[in-house]
Amino acid sequence: METLYFQRPASASQVQPSLVGYVGSGDLEVMIEPSHGECAEIHIQTSTAGSEVRWQQIIDQITPVIPLPAMRMDIHDFAATPGVIRLRIEQALEQAMSLGGSHHE
Amino acid sequence: MNNTMTTKDSSFIEQSARQRVKNVLDEGTMRELISPFDRITSPWLAKQGIVSQFDDGVVIARGTINGEQTVVAAIEGSFQGGSLGEVSGAKIAGALELAVEENENGNPMSAVLILETGGVRLQEANLGLAAIAEIQSAIVALRRYRPVVALVTGPVGCFGGMSISAALCSYIIMTREGRLGLNGPLVIEQEAGIAEYNASDRPFIWSVIGGKQRFESGLVDSYISDSQSSAREAVEQYLNQGVPEIHRSEKYSDLLEAFLRLDTQDHIAPHDAQQVLLEGVASHE
Amino acid sequence: MNNSVQTIPEMKAIHDNPSSHRGAQWFALLSHGFTKQNAIVPSVLVADGEYENRACRLIAVVPDLNNHFPRAVNGEVGLLEGMALAREVNAVVEADAHSETKRALVLIVDVPSQAYGRREETLGIHQALASAVSAYANARQNGHPIIALLVGRAMSGAYLAHGYQANRIIALSDEGVMVHAMGKAAAARVTQRTEAELDQLAAENPPMAYDLKSYASLGLIDNLLRVESATQPTPSDKHSVEQAITDALLDIQPKDTGISRRLSGEHRKASRQVRDLLKAQWTGA
Repeated sequence: METLYFQRPASASQVQPSLVGYVGSGDLEVMIEPSHGECAEIHIQTSTAGSEVRWQQIIDQITPVIPLPAMRMDIHDFAATPGVIRLRIEQALEQAMSLGGSHHE
Repeated sequence: MNNTMTTKDSSFIEQSARQRVKNVLDEGTMRELISPFDRITSPWLAKQGIVSQFDDGVVIARGTINGEQTVVAAIEGSFQGGSLGEVSGAKIAGALELAVEENENGNPMSAVLILETGGVRLQEANLGLAAIAEIQSAIVALRRYRPVVALVTGPVGCFGGMSISAALCSYIIMTREGRLGLNGPLVIEQEAGIAEYNASDRPFIWSVIGGKQRFESGLVDSYISDSQSSAREAVEQYLNQGVPEIHRSEKYSDLLEAFLRLDTQDHIAPHDAQQVLLEGVASHE
Repeated sequence: MNNSVQTIPEMKAIHDNPSSHRGAQWFALLSHGFTKQNAIVPSVLVADGEYENRACRLIAVVPDLNNHFPRAVNGEVGLLEGMALAREVNAVVEADAHSETKRALVLIVDVPSQAYGRREETLGIHQALASAVSAYANARQNGHPIIALLVGRAMSGAYLAHGYQANRIIALSDEGVMVHAMGKAAAARVTQRTEAELDQLAAENPPMAYDLKSYASLGLIDNLLRVESATQPTPSDKHSVEQAITDALLDIQPKDTGISRRLSGEHRKASRQVRDLLKAQWTGA
């Protein structure tokens, strides 16, 4: 199991707490909580060793499309493919940044 | 084909534990306790290189059903096969214990247990087992006051120590997809051989421990279709019915003589088992 | 002064079979002077007597090579055992229903597992074991003090059914006393590790370990009792155990009908934390 940490500058969007996914084989859980800082912190626990570069790439693919809010994002990953990872992160961000109450189903 | 499914009729089985809890309770009344945001995770998994889940695989919520106070516990089968560890086990046991206290203080409160579980999480073995003993004690205490209703719908089913917990409940609701059995099929096959139990033979497995067989054997109370509204209706029905005069686990031992008379040289066909089990129950009344 | 107890007639029969005979051995020893009850089934032994003027029923589950159910011959808790236990315990509760003093139950525990088999699953072994759990939990909650004496293995569903609902758990400090959710070989297969890997993980994770010292560190044992021999108990051992049982009986107060004392162990911090947090969030103010 590997623990990774990334930080990116944040834009000023408002976020709600949000949670998507489960830690099942080939899946992951992504949790977002708003923070007061100026950056987006991403904490990752992953069952896939040696995956740091891959996570970096995925984050670099997302940030131009979805400006990251000031938040703490936690990811619990159980060998999801990059496609699934990206999907879940985007789902979580969309939920977190949508208006009208927190969603966590 | 005209799909007339409304949200209320969507599949229950396909829903996450959290969605199931939300949909079984009256709309707008769900309040989750120890949510994932509280970050109470397993103290034991990371050390073993296993990734945790923030709710440790169990959702606990208070709410109402037809206006009546209810606590609901649902196991998320997608995480570690729904197996119970220290935290997930404590969430269920602790919630049931608080429900008992409510009743002792004159505030009626029922419980609904939505069970998708292989039983004890082996990575936390003895703490999982101890927690299940505590869950069982709390069910027996709570069911004196108000019904404890178990829902076993699949896809995982309900096995291990938690199958015993289900069997302690006031009422059990199952679907065709659900399975309820003590030992996992693979474990039985490994312990007793493939001739005794073929874990890969799905029709065989379901013919023994599937929801339809269990219902026709009188081992569960309700056999529903896979829909949210059916699940909710069945739960409502049992909460309205109240505590049964005698629980199944209080009269099952009446079957002892019938079991001693059985021919156990050969295996017992599921249909014959139904007869034995139903007659035993009927003869008590 | 080695007055060996091997002259007791039961012992000869016991020594002839390959299963563990500790349970039968200790039952024979401790039921000296008690009134043996007629067995409903040969695998569940019952005797009534007294400890320090306190009426008490002794119960053991033992091997029966001629068990009507062939997959339950080695002392496993199977269909018949679950039901017989329920009968014997419910009989006590019913007999003492209007009595001020509730008879104590002393459980001699040496159970290798639940029974694994097709007949078992078909006939609802999960429900049979639930009958026993129901009877024991109900008895304790009705004020009957229950003491579990672990003299050998106390494994998974069998221990849930016979032992784990006790007020107090006394274990002989001996290598042959083992508590776990699944035998090591099976656990290795299920978790896809080697047994050596499991041992390594267990060294850092007490809940996973098979040794008694690790189990004791979970705070689930009330008394870890030194004896000269767990397999060939001496008169001094008999005395120590009887003393421990008597002490436990005196310690259990009439209102002490729960099992929350088990939460105080060093390695149950998260179990306490979960309950505290549930309580803190319960009313949601």
